[in-house]
Amino acid sequence: MEHAALVDDARLVEALRAGDERVFEQLTREYHAALLRVAQIYVTSRAVAEEVVQETWLGVLNGIDRFEARSSLKTWIFRILTNIAKTRAQREGRTLPFSALERPDAVPEAAVEPERFLPPDHERWPGHWTSTPQPWPEDRVLAGETRRIVEQAIEVLPPAQRAVISLRDVEGWSSGETCNALGLTETNHRVLLHRARSKVRRALEDYLSEDL
Amino acid sequence: MTNEIEQLSCQELVEVVTNYLEGALPDADRLELERHLETCDGCRQYVEQLRTTIVLTGEARPLDLTSEAEDALLAAFRDWKSG
Repeated sequence: MEHAALVDDARLVEALRAGDERVFEQLTREYHAALLRVAQIYVTSRAVAEEVVQETWLGVLNGIDRFEARSSLKTWIFRILTNIAKTRAQREGRTLPFSALERPDAVPEAAVEPERFLPPDHERWPGHWTSTPQPWPEDRVLAGETRRIVEQAIEVLPPAQRAVISLRDVEGWSSGETCNALGLTETNHRVLLHRARSKVRRALEDYLSEDL
Repeated sequence: MTNEIEQLSCQELVEVVTNYLEGALPDADRLELERHLETCDGCRQYVEQLRTTIVLTGEARPLDLTSEAEDALLAAFRDWKSG
């Protein structure tokens, strides 16, 4: 852990122990979206995920006196969340999506439809584009509606992919922070990120290549 | 002159591009990918689209903390503090 992060964590933990409401509010706002996305890997409904997040903060408050800074505060909070979410999923009779996190490449998935490429046995250009990607019109890229397309594309991703792209690209976390929060290896995190980004790109390409 | 090295196809490139952008490709693979990009408009455009995708995703709205949830959290916090 970086020195600055350690100092920052120590300050936050101290403030929480002292019952500083503003620090609590700041933390809950900062991590809310990320916590929800991770909870949604385990429980399906948004409402249940919200409950899991609420329970997590109770767990954080009740456990803060025992926090020993062996991990970052953030990692510790996400570990509490994951435990609560798993218990909740079991109670709901859901099979835990271990494979989504531990073997994300068990089911192959192409980043781009195979029809976009020449066949592998093509004599001159095997695997070459049949229809090459075209530049996206800048005015449409910048339009507010395009952001909505991105949000929709994220919403329909499988939950583990959605969590990874939300932490990395929406929240701007580093790969290390994302791996710690999700309990993922770097390799599996890249598989999930790759699939998520590829699908969002496809949604954008579909939308931006439509004639208006 | 024939090229003895197996060349990276466009279809293969789109599968390793995240590793490339994440700086996780071994040097030899990275150089091969960069050589491919020098001569392939389609793949250059593809990588450009992915970079745009990442920027646009950064502008997506994160899920909101609803005011009900916020109130419930504050109530729980005050409970905990007084308890």
